Amino acid sequence: MKRIYVNEKWCLGCHLCEYNCAFANSGMKDMVLALKDKKIFPRIHIEGDERITFAVSCRHCTDPLCVKSCIAGAISKVDGVVKIDKTKCVGCLTCVLVCPHGALSLGEDGVMQKCELCLENACGKPACVTGCPNRAIVYEERGDKA
Amino acid sequence: MKKYVIIGNGTAAVGCVEGIRSVDKKSKITIISEEKHAVYSRPLISYYLEGKTDLHRMKYRGDSFCEDNDCRVLYGTRAVSIDPEKKLVALNDGAKLDYDALCVATGSRPFVPPFEGLETVEKKFSFMKLDDALALEGTLTKVARVLIVGAGLIGLKCAEGIRDRVGEITVCDLADRVLSSILDADCAKIVQERLEANGLHFLLGDTAVRFEKSKAVMKSGKTVEFDVLVLAVGVRANTELVKEAGGNVNRGIVVDEKLQTTLPCVFAAGDCAEGFDASIGANRVLAILPNAYLQGHAAGVNMAGGKACFDNAIPMNSIGFFGYHIMTAGAYDGEMIEEKTGSGVKRFFIGENRLKGYILLGEVERAGIYTSLIRERTPLDTIDFDLMKKVATNMIYSEKERRKTFGDVV
Repeated sequence: MKRIYVNEKWCLGCHLCEYNCAFANSGMKDMVLALKDKKIFPRIHIEGDERITFAVSCRHCTDPLCVKSCIAGAISKVDGVVKIDKTKCVGCLTCVLVCPHGALSLGEDGVMQKCELCLENACGKPACVTGCPNRAIVYEERGDKA
Repeated sequence: MKKYVIIGNGTAAVGCVEGIRSVDKKSKITIISEEKHAVYSRPLISYYLEGKTDLHRMKYRGDSFCEDNDCRVLYGTRAVSIDPEKKLVALNDGAKLDYDALCVATGSRPFVPPFEGLETVEKKFSFMKLDDALALEGTLTKVARVLIVGAGLIGLKCAEGIRDRVGEITVCDLADRVLSSILDADCAKIVQERLEANGLHFLLGDTAVRFEKSKAVMKSGKTVEFDVLVLAVGVRANTELVKEAGGNVNRGIVVDEKLQTTLPCVFAAGDCAEGFDASIGANRVLAILPNAYLQGHAAGVNMAGGKACFDNAIPMNSIGFFGYHIMTAGAYDGEMIEEKTGSGVKRFFIGENRLKGYILLGEVERAGIYTSLIRERTPLDTIDFDLMKKVATNMIYSEKERRKTFGDVV
């Protein structure tokens, strides 16, 4: 299946992916209204230092520990996409405790949020990828693990 | 076609069903459920009382789970014995179920010490099952004084869940600190102060020795007047079925890394099982939800003829009180290194070039990166250890490792 892949050599550390992600998942039509003067809650974040930067979001692991560990049964993997049912999440952060990549974060509403590849929001494909100015984030097929 | 039987209908049972179905889509699965509820998440009962979930949302799987996985659940039914020779499970209604592979996922039950005068207490509850929470809920009033015996995970989550619905909460524990199973003394003190700031009262290093209706007489001689009593002293694994069938049982049902008991074709998973704890290198009951699922899943795969090995279990907990988050993992031996940050405290336990365990208070972002270092036994000289202490980030890894994580299928 197609997944998001990141190349740190091409990442400029511009944080545009974070803004595009927050906007794509805001449900709003106007980016300014959605983000201006607000604390943003993106599902992708930039890590790094003054030399190296890279974007981190859910890897949609072959064997996702978050799915197996969620105490509420709120996280599931459907057609290769790890999804969270925000109505079931109680914000216990057990998924944060187990995710080896640090890919989940607490959302504005006090429950967890994670990258779901923008497949169900207005974008229909990952907004971080579309908006990346240097193709440091791509959405493509690189095979599957057995 | 095989016949699978699962005793118990909790998290480990769901893991077992999903494990079986990852290998065998067709054979019959029968689940024996003493509780009459569809499978729900037990750790959510405090969130239920707090109003953060409800009876529908706290179901652990969707309504079509049994149908989708083609399994039959016998609600309100109890297994009374296992005959490992004939491969039969006898039920309380006299019926017998034959199996090719059996998973014992019987969980645990509250341990209630023999308190003198306990029978004189009118409103007393354990806090483990949904029915416990529903019964307790019926007694909650804005003026009720609640005494909780046990300042562990169960007792304190109960306290958080009911705080806004009662008048006063006192928590006592024989241990001299809160959360004694997961926190050291210093960290427990910090957490206790937080809890006190949120209205809880504590009597630590002290416990009830005698009850007289609505009065508890403590070991120290103090007395506590209460309207509602919650007993959260501890839990015991439900091991009897396997023990009586001749299987090896310690504190829990002894299982190997395949989740097999010492009885042929009998597996065990969840809070009733005593499996390998990689953080101490020995068997131990790890009564935590992720472990129940992971054990159940591995058991299911093996029951169906697949190959699953679960040998990297470690204790780990994520628990929050009134918005303050605590995470712990692994074992607290070796050298302790403390890192104080703006919003929290991190304690790392280091030995033999490995991260052995950690305690995080207040600052828990991306803690799974730390957990992974313990579980994978990552040599600390292969990562940026100084950076790790300050912040959980993928920058601690080499460029090559990062390329694997972010450039490959993981």
